[in-house]
Amino acid sequence: LTSMLKFPDGALRQQPFDSSEEKPQFPGASAEFIDHLEFIQPNVISGIPVYRVMDRAGKIINPSEDPQLSKEQVLNFYQKMTLLNTMDRILYESQRQGRISFYMTNYGEEGTHIGSAAALDPRDLVFGQYREAGVLMYRGFPLDLFMAQCYANVDDLGKGRQMPVHYGSKDLNFVTISSPLATQIPQAAGAAYAAKRENTNRAVICYFGEGAASEGDAHAGFNFSATLECPLIFFCRNNGYAISTPTNEQYRGDGIAARGPGYGMMSIRVDGNDVFAVYNATKEARRRAVAENQPFLIEAMTYRIGHHSTSDDSSAYRSVDEVNYWDKQDHPISRLRHYMTARSWWSEEDERSWRKQSRKMVMEAFEKAEKRHKPHPDLMFSDVYEEMTPNLVKQKEAMWRHVQQYKEHYPLDAYAK
Amino acid sequence: MAAAARFLLRGAGSKASIANVNIGDQSLFGITLLRLSPNCSSQTKTQRRNAAHFTYHPDPVPTEYGPTTKMNLFQSVTSALDNTLASDPTAVIFGEDVAFGGVFRCTVGLRDKYGKDRVFNTPLCEQGIVGFGIGAAVAGATAIAEIQFADYIYPAFDQIVNEAAKYRYRSGNLFDCGNLTIRAPWGCVGHGSLYHSQSPEAFFAHCPGIKVVIPRGPVQCKGLLLSCIADQNPCIFFEPKILYRAAVEQVPTEAYTIPLSQAEVIQEGSDVTLVAWGTQIHVLREVANMAQEKLGVSCELIDLQTILPWDTETVCKSVAKTGRLLISHEAPITGGFAAEISSTVQYLQLMLHLPSHCKHQSQIINWVVRALNADWLTAVLYQIVYHRYEKTCIFTSLIKLVTS
Repeated sequence: LTSMLKFPDGALRQQPFDSSEEKPQFPGASAEFIDHLEFIQPNVISGIPVYRVMDRAGKIINPSEDPQLSKEQVLNFYQKMTLLNTMDRILYESQRQGRISFYMTNYGEEGTHIGSAAALDPRDLVFGQYREAGVLMYRGFPLDLFMAQCYANVDDLGKGRQMPVHYGSKDLNFVTISSPLATQIPQAAGAAYAAKRENTNRAVICYFGEGAASEGDAHAGFNFSATLECPLIFFCRNNGYAISTPTNEQYRGDGIAARGPGYGMMSIRVDGNDVFAVYNATKEARRRAVAENQPFLIEAMTYRIGHHSTSDDSSAYRSVDEVNYWDKQDHPISRLRHYMTARSWWSEEDERSWRKQSRKMVMEAFEKAEKRHKPHPDLMFSDVYEEMTPNLVKQKEAMWRHVQQYKEHYPLDAYAK
Repeated sequence: MAAAARFLLRGAGSKASIANVNIGDQSLFGITLLRLSPNCSSQTKTQRRNAAHFTYHPDPVPTEYGPTTKMNLFQSVTSALDNTLASDPTAVIFGEDVAFGGVFRCTVGLRDKYGKDRVFNTPLCEQGIVGFGIGAAVAGATAIAEIQFADYIYPAFDQIVNEAAKYRYRSGNLFDCGNLTIRAPWGCVGHGSLYHSQSPEAFFAHCPGIKVVIPRGPVQCKGLLLSCIADQNPCIFFEPKILYRAAVEQVPTEAYTIPLSQAEVIQEGSDVTLVAWGTQIHVLREVANMAQEKLGVSCELIDLQTILPWDTETVCKSVAKTGRLLISHEAPITGGFAAEISSTVQYLQLMLHLPSHCKHQSQIINWVVRALNADWLTAVLYQIVYHRYEKTCIFTSLIKLVTS
């Protein structure tokens, strides 16, 4: 008879089973005995600390933590965050005006997107939830294609099939977004396992919110990635709300980071509004995930400044004062701007001219997208399977017969020929 | 699950009843029951656990796929997986307990042969198994997931229906999980009761984007499983667990494929079309023999094999010939897959031009027979009783079909 013993280096080795020893011999846990009854108290008052590099005014606190990125890199961070912000404003407005059907903004969370995206390799596969457009923007997804997806026009890579903000890009290694929450989490574990077997130094990152972390799929993904030793970064955007549900109704423990150790997973909590903290944590997690074949959990604390979506009015469940605090006092964009202006890397004039330029870029893409045709109606029937099945062929033909017969009821001019 | 028999009668005038059906003077039902169960008496005896409620009929030895060897159903699965792991370096097999060989021995020897990174246990979590499988397939690996019993597939329903089935369509074909195959033991086994006997194919038939396949024996199993693995759409492969040991055939040792979405006419006939899949094929084979012997009725037996997308052409062509259709499956009758088959056959018979020998094309009569309250769940005791009479019930339905 043997039992498994966990050694300090983390390896599990078989020990000869010796019932005369006082140590517990259970296969399920390696611990000491205790002779008095004591429940472990979950520590939520002073839980896992929040790692940050800059203070709320954009000043570096511990210089050894400054990633010391070049001016060019930092300007790129800033411009991507602000371009995202500008695109959000215009597309939100366009939904209000009835031009697109739906939209979700990223206000307040731009730092989590850009900081993490910058720390990855472009080949790393990204699984997102729906509030990570900045990751795609950082990787170079053009404004035209963001707009094309929201307008479901003929240029949409997704062929006009999904609601707005369900972006995807094979070239940029960003898996297409789907509406069900947390489904991407165990998928990311599978993809990371396949990447490990390929042995090409590829990591996988999986984004989700603190609400989605309550789903069973999240538990499944965490457990699988740890037991199967996957090179994977779990990136939780804890923004305080899941639609109207605040965090104290979402969980009772110490957030999402505290769950990591329960799965045997390396975990950290970071200030999500500090783009350098996000960058540092993601960079180190990525390096070690690939080198050591283990998952890392990053919980980025942030705040959802905007409504959940265009279908939500958050004044119904939170105060304007609370929102204003985050918008004015602790915003990733302004904190980075203070860092830049302190180094004279960005002036008022730069700000004015960039605002004008980025707005112009977005407006041009927007006006162009609006005028494009919709995708060809045949695309309703393809890609259900890899091949068109006999049923679908018949159904497509029936549709066209119907449309030809009643063509005055169908706006075919708006669609690609 | 109880067998549900549905049948269709097409054309009230043309083939309404078959002449020379030898029924006899006495109560039809009574005589049939007596003849089929000679051992049943009213005295209570010590119960023996019953053997299978049907006799397994092996397929003829295939000659077109190379050398064969004797295999039962679980060995034919192992053989298919062995071929796959040998030829496809990205292939991985995972699920609960697959490492030591699996609770039905389908993966015996594979971990030792191909390595622990390719054949491995997962935590006990079906939604995780399928989600993990989808992700591995999306990243380019050939992912073969095992769900320990089809009865436990439901936690993975969201991943299958909302994710796997829709991956290609929703991404505009940028991404897909066509490399995913999910295998699960399926169907009645005699003592499985509610949670080791289910046939959930009807739930998945309602989901475009996936394929659902069910073999009737080892030769079909290996060929269809290899087709599922090769197919570039996510596939669910249900393996009739009662056949794992009971079904023995000569099976080719090399890899070969049997096409999906092609039903097979196992036995030609002229008077009634019988449709089934999996275990029920063997039950219906016996019903067909009984029909020939006792009623002089010639049955055409079709193995549907692929439930989704199913071969409407073969079934409709057969019903156009015979004029009568009887479908038998294990799952509950309401919303069972026989409902889809019967409504499609009726619709196509109405809509398509029927052959000239059918005089009354516009008259379609649809009779649905509940065989022994077939919407119930399967308690172990009733399973034992029911299986004994299953053939009788189906046969009774067939008699009604041919004599009305």
